[in-house]
Amino acid sequence: MTAITFYFFAAVLVISALLVITVRNPVHAALFLVLAFFSSAAVWLLLQAEFLAIALVLVYVGAVMVLFLFVIMMLDVNLAPLREGFARYLPLGLTVAALLVVTMAIVIRSGGINATAPAQDTVAGSNTQLLGQALFTDFLYPFEVAGAVLLVAIIAAIALTLRRRSRQLRTPAPGLQVAVRREDRVRIVKMDAEK
Amino acid sequence: MNALYELLTEKVLAPLVATVIPGAWQDETLYMLQAVIKIVVIVAPLMLCVAYLTFAERKIIGYMQVRIGPNRVGPRGWLQPIADAVKLMFKEIIIPSGASKALFIAAPVLSIAPSLAAWAVIPFEHGMVLADINAGLLYILALTSLGIYGIIIAGWASNSKYAFLGAMRSAAQIVSYEIAMGFALVVVLIAAGSLNLNQIILAQNGSLLHWFWLPLLPVFGVYFISGIAETNRAPFDVAEGESEIVAGFHVEYGGMAFSIFFMAEYANMILISALTSILFFGGWLSPFQGVPVIGEPSLVWLLAKTSMFLFLFLWFRATFPRYRYDQIMRLGWKVFLPITIAWIVVTAGMVVAQVPPWFD
Repeated sequence: MTAITFYFFAAVLVISALLVITVRNPVHAALFLVLAFFSSAAVWLLLQAEFLAIALVLVYVGAVMVLFLFVIMMLDVNLAPLREGFARYLPLGLTVAALLVVTMAIVIRSGGINATAPAQDTVAGSNTQLLGQALFTDFLYPFEVAGAVLLVAIIAAIALTLRRRSRQLRTPAPGLQVAVRREDRVRIVKMDAEK
Repeated sequence: MNALYELLTEKVLAPLVATVIPGAWQDETLYMLQAVIKIVVIVAPLMLCVAYLTFAERKIIGYMQVRIGPNRVGPRGWLQPIADAVKLMFKEIIIPSGASKALFIAAPVLSIAPSLAAWAVIPFEHGMVLADINAGLLYILALTSLGIYGIIIAGWASNSKYAFLGAMRSAAQIVSYEIAMGFALVVVLIAAGSLNLNQIILAQNGSLLHWFWLPLLPVFGVYFISGIAETNRAPFDVAEGESEIVAGFHVEYGGMAFSIFFMAEYANMILISALTSILFFGGWLSPFQGVPVIGEPSLVWLLAKTSMFLFLFLWFRATFPRYRYDQIMRLGWKVFLPITIAWIVVTAGMVVAQVPPWFD
C-alpha cells in the first residue's frame, strides 16, 4: 500500500517537475510547480515527517506560489523574448546542473542515503514536538541567526520598494472617518411652513 | 453511533471482504472501506447542512429585513434548497470562448476539495474523528490556504476582466487575512500546548469560564473576523462586489460548476464556525460541566456552538455595509496583525506565570 502510494506521488512529482520547465504557458508552469510541491509533501508524509510536509504545503503552496501566480497573471509575460536567450545561457545552465549532479553524487557515495526506505519513526512523541525541542535547545544559535537574516531581508525588501508619496496626494485617514458623528455632518434645520 | 459503526464493520464488512478479496489484500481493503464509510458519514450530512444553510440564510435575512423569504416550494418553503439543487444540476455548463478549458473545469474542484478535506481532523466528540493527527491545527491552516487556488484559477481561466479583477481582489484579501489567522492559531497553540484538536478541547476542560474565549478574547475576535474575510462573506465580499464587478471570480460559471463554488463557500463557513467553537468555545464540551445529563460532553454541544457562529455570519451579512478595499487591507495589516502579535506575548506570559484557572 505504502509502495503504491509512494510510486504514484513520486511519478506525479517527476512528471510535473518536468512539465514546469517544458510547458509554454507561464501560468501553467507555475501550477505544475504547485503540483510538484504538493506531491513532494505527500512523499514526506509517507516518511512520517508530518510537520515538514504540512509546512511545505503551508509556506510554499499556500503563500509563496499564490504570490508567484498573482504576479505572473498580472504581468502577462511575453514568451518570445525569454526564448531568445536560450542558447546564450545554455553553457551557464549546464555548468550549474553539472555541479548539482556532482554534489548529489558525492552525498550518495558517502553513504548518506541508503536505497531502502528509512526506518519508521520509533521515538515517542510527535514530530512537531521533537523538531521544536531540537530547534530551541541544540540549534538555538543557528535558529536565531536564521531569524535575524530573515528580518534583515524583510526590512531590506521594504526599504528598496518604499516610495515617498508626493505631497499633493491626499489620502483619507480611516481613523478620522470612523470617528465622524452625525452631528459633524448633518445640521437639521427646523423651518416654519410658509403661509 | 460508535456501536452501530462497529456492528457494520464487524458483522457486514469484514466477512464480505474476506470472501471477495484475495488474502494478501484483505487488511488494506478493509481499512480503505472503513475510511470511505467514515468520509461518507462526515460529508453527506455536511452537504445537507450546506443546502439548508442557504435556506436558513434566505429565511433569516428575510425576517431581519421584514420579509418572509422563500415559502413557495414545499411546506413553508422547506424544499427550496432541493429545488435549487435540481435546477442547477440540469443547467448547461457554458465554457466561454478563449477560456483555458482544463483549468476552467478544474477550478471548482480545487475550490471544494480543501474545504471538504479539512473536515478530516475535526473532532465531533471525544475520539470521534476521522484522522487524529498530531499536527491537526497545522493541517487545517495548510488546507484553508489552498482554497484560494480555486478562486485564482477560476478568475484567470475565465478569460474575463470581471472574473480576473474579482480573483485578484480575493487573492490579496485571503493572503492578508491568512497571516492574522495563522498568528491567532499560534496563540491558541501556545495556550493549549498542543497542535492536536482533541488536546486543544481537553485543555479547555472545566466550565464556561475555562474556555479559551476569555483569556484569548481579542484573538477570538480576530480569528472569527478573519474567518469571515477568508470565506469572502459580507462585509468583506469585495471579491464578489456585484455593484462593480458583476459577481467576481465566478461570473462566467453556470449550472453545477457555479454551484460547486457556492457549496465550497458554505462548507468553508461551516468549517470556520466549527473551528471557532473548537478553538475558543470548548468544542464538544458542555457549558454546564458537573451537572448531570446536560453536563455530559457531546456532539450536540459542538453543533449548537457551530450553529451560533453560523447565525453570526448571516446576521453580519444582514447588518453591515460592505467594507471599502483600502479599509479591508488596513484592518488586516494594521489592526489585526499587531493585536495578535501582542497577544502572543501576553499569552506566553500567562502560560509561564501559570495564571489560574486556565493555565495552572
